[in-house]
Amino acid sequence: MNQDIVLEAIDIGKVFGDVLALQGVGLKLQANSVHALLGENGAGKSTLVKCLMGYYRPDSGQIILRQKEQVIDSPQQAARLGLGMVYQHFTLIPNMTIAENIVLSRPSLPAVIDWSKEIRALQSRMADMPFQFDLQRKVRDLSAGEKQKVEITKQLLLDAEILILDEPTSVLTPTEADEVLEKIHQLTRSGSLTVLMITHKFREVMRYADQVTVLRKGRFVGAADVTQVNPQMLSDMMVGGESISKPPAREAHASFQARLKISGLQVNNDQGLPAVKGLELEVNEGEIVGIAGVSGNGQKQLVEALSGQREVTSGNIFAHGEIFVSNQRSIDKHKFYCLPEEPLKNACVGNLSVAENLVLRRFNHPAFVYWRWLLNRSAIRRNAEKLIAQYKVRTSGPDQAVSALSGGNIQRVVLARELAQEVSVLVISNPCFGLDFKAVADIRGQLLAARNRGTAILLLSEDLDEILELSDRFHVISGGELVYQTTPAQADLNTIGQYMAGH
Amino acid sequence: MSGQDIGLWSVLIAVLGGAIRVGTPFIFVSLGECLTEKSGRINLGLEGNLVMGAMVGYATSYLSGSPWLGVLAAAGSGCCLGLLHALLCQHKRVNDIAVGIAMMLFASGLAFFYGKPFIQPSAPRLPSIGFGNWSDSPVVRAALDINALFFIGVILAPVMAWFLMRTRWGNSVRVVGESSDAALAMGISIHRVRLLSTVAGGAFAGIGGAYLSLYYPGSWSEGLSSGQGLMAVALVIFARWNPIYCLYASLLFGAAAALGPALQSVGIHSGYYLFNAAPYILTLAIMIISSDRKGTLGGMPGELSK
Repeated sequence: MNQDIVLEAIDIGKVFGDVLALQGVGLKLQANSVHALLGENGAGKSTLVKCLMGYYRPDSGQIILRQKEQVIDSPQQAARLGLGMVYQHFTLIPNMTIAENIVLSRPSLPAVIDWSKEIRALQSRMADMPFQFDLQRKVRDLSAGEKQKVEITKQLLLDAEILILDEPTSVLTPTEADEVLEKIHQLTRSGSLTVLMITHKFREVMRYADQVTVLRKGRFVGAADVTQVNPQMLSDMMVGGESISKPPAREAHASFQARLKISGLQVNNDQGLPAVKGLELEVNEGEIVGIAGVSGNGQKQLVEALSGQREVTSGNIFAHGEIFVSNQRSIDKHKFYCLPEEPLKNACVGNLSVAENLVLRRFNHPAFVYWRWLLNRSAIRRNAEKLIAQYKVRTSGPDQAVSALSGGNIQRVVLARELAQEVSVLVISNPCFGLDFKAVADIRGQLLAARNRGTAILLLSEDLDEILELSDRFHVISGGELVYQTTPAQADLNTIGQYMAGH
Repeated sequence: MSGQDIGLWSVLIAVLGGAIRVGTPFIFVSLGECLTEKSGRINLGLEGNLVMGAMVGYATSYLSGSPWLGVLAAAGSGCCLGLLHALLCQHKRVNDIAVGIAMMLFASGLAFFYGKPFIQPSAPRLPSIGFGNWSDSPVVRAALDINALFFIGVILAPVMAWFLMRTRWGNSVRVVGESSDAALAMGISIHRVRLLSTVAGGAFAGIGGAYLSLYYPGSWSEGLSSGQGLMAVALVIFARWNPIYCLYASLLFGAAAALGPALQSVGIHSGYYLFNAAPYILTLAIMIISSDRKGTLGGMPGELSK
């Protein structure tokens, strides 16, 4: 039995400053299996993996590789020991070809590179690889799925025996994700590979993993064969005893009045090429309309056009039947608010306090000023205290700089600011990206509550699960066009995946 | 009729000769800048390296009697300035542009300070090869009087292109310049690659400076450089970070700079100052074209846009 353990981490501890990132964490990888490493953001998954890959030296504990203790102090040494990792943020070079990327990653390059010889050697090895592609293509022209395949192939060509995948499917369509994981699974079965996969998707764990290890707040919670667990058990292990707020029930609305209407909208990207092409869309009162799609299909440009950050080439945006141009007067009149992704960058002033950020849109409102021009600091503070309590923002107080908050709390602050007033139309993009379970549940609950109050919400998200959970109906965006429309009840993952991939 | 012909020919030959004569320092500075930028860093301080190289080269040539020793010393001074730039930039949150401007002022000031005693004396100059000796025409002879450094520059460009594409070290430079994430994952030391690239780039700029003081214009004075170091930055953008294109672009800049004097030599005096401004107008035009948001800038190292 012990023979089968190819890699074992025992009692790993790691401290950053005064933060305990890992404490007494253990991990056992069985040869030729897929092992899932599960945990919320900040649970220590990445830290553990980086200790294995030699990016960090653990402060305590041992790493045993093929029954021998190893001290791994650089990624290069990890590579020599047969460990390879595919990072969530790809490390391919966009301006180079696939062949250049793969050849240059080889540790023992000759001083003078004979490219034609290298490429011939590469081509002869490609036959044994699970994925095939044209080696002369530039990486910048590849889709996220293709990049993922190139990254995996690169590691396999480097003779990685243990492959670590960090959230391998986070940027892939469901179809691409299944294809990649299916191939990975087959490789482990053919006896040449062991895979450790960081993920937070239960479906992937249940379907493709053999064993699972769960971490929470830097500690080991449990490990099991996948056959002996179910998603509910995994979820309980991940979040521990913390209570997750239940989403409010969906209330039906009697009247369906179009609050936001987009007609023939054309928007260009930074290169001057059309990114949003003739978009037609309506969002009614008390309705969440989702837009699902892989990142980079025009979502960013659409949100920027709606929020007035980007010029509209042609077409119109209507709010309550009137043409809407994003300026302070029509924003106030139509109660039309946009929440772009990455709120710290796009919707907050990081160095201002939480209280100031909470009135950023309305600091000149009569409730917050004396004699029309002097800020009423105590009113601003009272407003902040109320919203902090109501939206469960974890902060040291209203005067703390907003940039010092965690991602989930920044999103709570921004949502509190936008939803504290009456909101008629809300456009929101990836509201839960990178947040932990509890924050996700809170934020989704707030969005549903706003919907029940009658707000028309346009939700753009790269997370299909989020779209399925929140929206009343949704579109799929691909190449700047809405290519498919359905409702969560009727949605078929396969069909949606096809449309997301642009087929 | 034939008089006009000779005039036109002599302008063309003078422009060609000027392209070579004025363009040579551009070749060195732009290749230096190209190498540094390929590693993902901009060194605006090369103007300082140029002035310092001119002073050190001239002084060394004067004191030792050997202009080639002067060229070597100029390269050495460029190395030192490049090293200083690289070391300053290695600190977190230090902006390479700001350091470059500081270095430019620092190096020029230092060169003026130590160069005072060398303004008067005349140092041995770099020899040139008379490719025009077959001709009776003094215009042709002057135009084809070519310095050896030009040939070194012409060889340096393809060598650098070969180095960047075909060698392990050169590819490390490209990887570091394209993506520091990728470099980290490959185990390439970003600091070391950028340091060496900046040092080597600084040395090339120093050689360019030595050419100014030891060949053309051929003496040391405070007004020696007319911003070639800064124009080289625009030139590299124009050349799309390709060493071979850097060579062509340098010759184009040289030709633009030679236009005014060439026209004057055949008696066209009107618009003399306007023609003299040609290289600056060219720089400006390139900057406007290349900063057009709608056009994508091919060949730009990925790390430069961050």
